[in-house]
Amino acid sequence: MGTGPGVLTDPVTTAVRGGVGDSPRRPDGTLKVTGEFAYSSDLWMDGMLWGLTLRSPHAHARVTRIETARALAVPGVFAVLTHEDVPGTNLYGLEIRDQPVLAADRVRYQGEPVALVAAEHPEAARRALDLVEVDFDPLPPVTDARESVHGTSPSLHPGGNVVRHVRIRHGDEHARADVVVTGDYEVGMQDQAFLGPESGLAVPSPDGGVDLYVATQWLHVDRDQVAAALGLAPELVRITLAGVGGAFGAREDLSIQVHACMLALRTRRAVKMVSSREESFFGHVHRHPARMRYEHGATRDGRLVYVKAETILDGGAYASSTPAVVTNAATLGAGPYDVPNVAIDCYGAYTNNPPCGAMRGFGAVQAAFAYESQMDRLAAVVGIDPVEIRIRNALTEGSRIATGQRVDSAAPVAELVRRVRDMPLPPSADGDLRAMPGGVANTTHGEGVRRGVGYAVGLKNVCFSAGFDDYSTARVVLEAVAGEPVVLVHTAAVEVGQGLVTLQAQIARTELGVARVTVATADTQVGGAGSTSASRQSYVTGGAVQAACRQVAEEVRRRAAERSGADPGALDLAGGKVVTRDGVPVADMADLLGDDRVERTVEWRHRPTSPIDPATGQGDAHVQLAFAAHRAVVDVDVELGLSSTGWCATRRSPTT
Amino acid sequence: MKVTCMVNGEERVADGVWAGESLLYVLRERLGLPGSKNACEQGECGSCTVYLDGLPVCSCLVAAGQAEGRVVVTVEGLSEGERLHPVQEAFVAAGAVQCGFCTPGLVVAAHDLLERDPDPSEADIREALAGNLCRCTGYEKIIEAVHVAARRRLPEGRREVG
Repeated sequence: MGTGPGVLTDPVTTAVRGGVGDSPRRPDGTLKVTGEFAYSSDLWMDGMLWGLTLRSPHAHARVTRIETARALAVPGVFAVLTHEDVPGTNLYGLEIRDQPVLAADRVRYQGEPVALVAAEHPEAARRALDLVEVDFDPLPPVTDARESVHGTSPSLHPGGNVVRHVRIRHGDEHARADVVVTGDYEVGMQDQAFLGPESGLAVPSPDGGVDLYVATQWLHVDRDQVAAALGLAPELVRITLAGVGGAFGAREDLSIQVHACMLALRTRRAVKMVSSREESFFGHVHRHPARMRYEHGATRDGRLVYVKAETILDGGAYASSTPAVVTNAATLGAGPYDVPNVAIDCYGAYTNNPPCGAMRGFGAVQAAFAYESQMDRLAAVVGIDPVEIRIRNALTEGSRIATGQRVDSAAPVAELVRRVRDMPLPPSADGDLRAMPGGVANTTHGEGVRRGVGYAVGLKNVCFSAGFDDYSTARVVLEAVAGEPVVLVHTAAVEVGQGLVTLQAQIARTELGVARVTVATADTQVGGAGSTSASRQSYVTGGAVQAACRQVAEEVRRRAAERSGADPGALDLAGGKVVTRDGVPVADMADLLGDDRVERTVEWRHRPTSPIDPATGQGDAHVQLAFAAHRAVVDVDVELGLSSTGWCATRRSPTT
Repeated sequence: MKVTCMVNGEERVADGVWAGESLLYVLRERLGLPGSKNACEQGECGSCTVYLDGLPVCSCLVAAGQAEGRVVVTVEGLSEGERLHPVQEAFVAAGAVQCGFCTPGLVVAAHDLLERDPDPSEADIREALAGNLCRCTGYEKIIEAVHVAARRRLPEGRREVG
């Protein structure tokens, strides 16, 4: 685009290509389809070593001796480290620092890290791991979460085995109803199973610090935990996001971060760590298994009178994010329904099972399985359709959820259920074996096949809840390069595939009317962005980028007004120019900037939330709620118990 | 040991290979081709799919020595210079790429499908990609991407029919 005088007088449209509302391509899309995108396991440096972790084969044991001499003697091995080599505090954790970097005198789950090896080749490191001698004195494991909460299991941590108990009392806790259904529900452990295994590269720096390139979800909380474990000032631990091969909650806790840094600082060499798939399952937290006892009371026409529940979530050996998961399972535990009376007790337990923490849905999912199963039972007892019972009790804007919080934005629960019900049903297999239960194993041609249709609705909080100081930081720089305005957006917000890099650029284009936007690699050289979790980054980092852009825009308008004499409040930015409300250009942004740059850094917060009352669980704990409805259609061969892949229709409420 | 093979049209030599190394390890760590991904390294997920003598294989299940004297094509070898192959282009256009870790394997698998069957049905696509796991997308947009790529590769006259 030229910048001659004629061009400056042409009206400029405020619509911007690739802005908000448009569907631009991912900026990393081409790199990802050509194999050039650098994931954390792709990093490589001359002379780097490979790090590996020795893990406990026991779920619960005392560690009585660790001997590393034979391992150190393996050719190509540069370091073998144990808990004695942890330079700082040998405890970390997202909410409660209860997890050792390397086990000292006790292991609390199978897979707990005990020792580290760095070697020139991964195979040399594997051989050395086999030669680390560890004497374990096995202890009886605590494996039953209910027993751990209510029984007499030995304490696994100083404060006992209840990580957190949330008690919800809303309305009359002794309410009675004409129709009562009860049920016990159990959901098992699930794994996020991201495809890119835990991995990263730690590089020692001459100042005694360390640069870590890693796939994670929350750079600053990683940095703070790593610095404490290494005994370093936080500014000496610089973390840069490497390409993330999926996350889904499993990267919110530390995995290889401290271990890789310890090996790098000890050997003064770059150290790469990459988990194998098997190790990955031991190396991150999982979804909490849950046992839930629910009682629903309703009128004879199926209107909910009360919900009572006890939910026990098995947090495994260490706390991770169990306290927040318990809060969600409790506060969202009555589902997206208008229920006048709610009494829920939700516990998170320590056991010797694998540690559990964040996974998509984060406590809301377990509760949904129980309350939705209950709604189906209630529909059957009352004698109405499963869709109808959900519509009849659906939460609406203005309703109160179990915490007493009034829903003050759109809550189209009934509408979502109607929409999934009204979607056309999938066709029958129609002779194509691949769509039949059993597939090409040729177990049926349709005989014995019955179709089942099920519905479920759910709700989930958006952003961090219960009084957490939830913020993000964005640095936005506008400057002229080769006669064209360009924008740099820099945050610590982690892209895990969800598209935040695309969105940040869209926001900047729309706010600043500039086509060329670069989103810098996320790192800890800018303020914190919070975690990529709780569906929060579009909202919070999006908010921070927008706010920083608006401050930059204000400065540009001020300069343009100074030069042109116009009222800065009557100017917009569009098409790389400063324009009047009618779109008439008054200044070209590149001209206006010259060799100068406008840079603003903004910390942005959503409206505050409140902690819940410890006795009643009441409080405005959530920023916003999202709602979802699903219809599953599954063909089942009732003779063999085989099912077809199934079809799932989903509708979600938009969030604002 | 020393392994010599044709990779993406060039003769490549990897020296000092340990006998237990996979083709995937040699490509990623010795030949500077990390596009094939190390997701499961046990033949379950398809993220490491490459062509070996024209057939798609999980390179994690091929011992490096087995590639001696053979022809390997990886995801890095599919585009023509700066121009993306239609399958790659369709994956970006259809929004089939999220975290992208499964993408290189899926691109090779979809490339192979369209070489064999230029106009596959949805059931054919699902069957052909059944060995490739994705955790982000729910597969819908991946299937759409293969349809888009097929339409773009088909001669004009056949596009309406598909």
